[in-house]
Amino acid sequence: MNILILGTGCAKCKSLEKATRDVVAEMDLDAEVTKVEDIVEIMSFGVMTTPALVIDGKVVVKGRVPDKNELKQLFTK
Amino acid sequence: MRNKKCFIKQNKKIWFVAVLLVVWILAYRVLLPFSDYLIYNVFGLEKGKHLTDAIWFFVFEFPKVLLLLTLIVFFVGIIRTFFSPERTRKALAGKTTFAGNVMASLLGIVTPFCSCSAIPLFLGFVEAGVPLGITFSFLIASPMINEVAVVLLFGMFGWKVAITYVVTGLVIAITAGWIIGRLHLEKWVEEWVYKTKMGDAGDEVIRLNFTDRLQSGFTAVREIVGKVWLYVALGIAVGAGVHGYVPEDFMAALMGKSAWYSVPLSILIGVPLYSNAAGIIPIVSVLIEKGASLGTALAFMMAVIGLSLPEMIILRKVLKLPLIVTFVGIVSIGIMIVGYLFNLIF
Repeated sequence: MNILILGTGCAKCKSLEKATRDVVAEMDLDAEVTKVEDIVEIMSFGVMTTPALVIDGKVVVKGRVPDKNELKQLFTK
Repeated sequence: MRNKKCFIKQNKKIWFVAVLLVVWILAYRVLLPFSDYLIYNVFGLEKGKHLTDAIWFFVFEFPKVLLLLTLIVFFVGIIRTFFSPERTRKALAGKTTFAGNVMASLLGIVTPFCSCSAIPLFLGFVEAGVPLGITFSFLIASPMINEVAVVLLFGMFGWKVAITYVVTGLVIAITAGWIIGRLHLEKWVEEWVYKTKMGDAGDEVIRLNFTDRLQSGFTAVREIVGKVWLYVALGIAVGAGVHGYVPEDFMAALMGKSAWYSVPLSILIGVPLYSNAAGIIPIVSVLIEKGASLGTALAFMMAVIGLSLPEMIILRKVLKLPLIVTFVGIVSIGIMIVGYLFNLIF
């Protein structure tokens, strides 16, 4: 699984990155988590509100930080 | 079967909200007698003393503002689920000036958006063909007219001032955006902005049901009230100190009506001063009590809340310096006119 966190470095972006890494570790997932900070690259995903979460090229969350339960659900799909 | 379960769960949540609303109304009603009872009977403080006044101010105002804040933030959180930057962008794309400026300013109030997303939002608007002036109307209205500011204005000054603030804020956002549009300043937008290609992420909003929207209300309360309560407490504590101890017309010379320089001066101080509405409004409310005039105070608050240095620095990535200066200049002049106008009328 390929997980991207889109965010320019705001507080919420950092908390999404941390939550994602925690959940990936908890679930022992075979996933690569990358933080994307370049604005042009972020825009190529079409999001206007950061942070956003991208799983395998698809934007699943934008503009908010989901709680860990929601993250788990998103990763099991 | 599943539908039924879902229905019961939804009903439970609605009942929960209804009960909370009743608790809220009761709490709001008993707050005044309770504060009096606590101060004069339990603490046994003497009426009319400076210290008593200061403590009373805090004991009454802090829970009052917090209650108002929780209620309004909850409902605004629900309202916001019906809006998204994507929808707003679609509504504004290709709009003609003025009508577009009006719409952008109004949507700026209700569209969920934090200043840390200013860049992607700006790029998204420009890419979809939203004219520059209309984008600016949005960017001016959005931080200036926010629920926290409106609640605090209502709580500390009453509804007349709150509405005045909202209306004049809208007028400034509409006019300033319109002027920027007429000046054709696209050349002062960084070149790479127009080259950015944007993907389509789809719209998340559609799949929400009523329970989800209620949940958004609770989340908004947790996030916003959880963040600003400390500033409210600090602002009201400082306000309480000033309320009890500073002499009546202390501010008259500096921020009073007779001092012609008071309006531009308060804007000059207000722009670099980065504070949120939660902290600054309680302090300003006691400044008025101490002889500052309403127009000057209004101008000061608008400058602090609407024009923030950090946001300018963020916007510098997409806008060249002359455009930022023009933007701040036009908005400042707007605020100044509002300040003088109110000093004249009231």
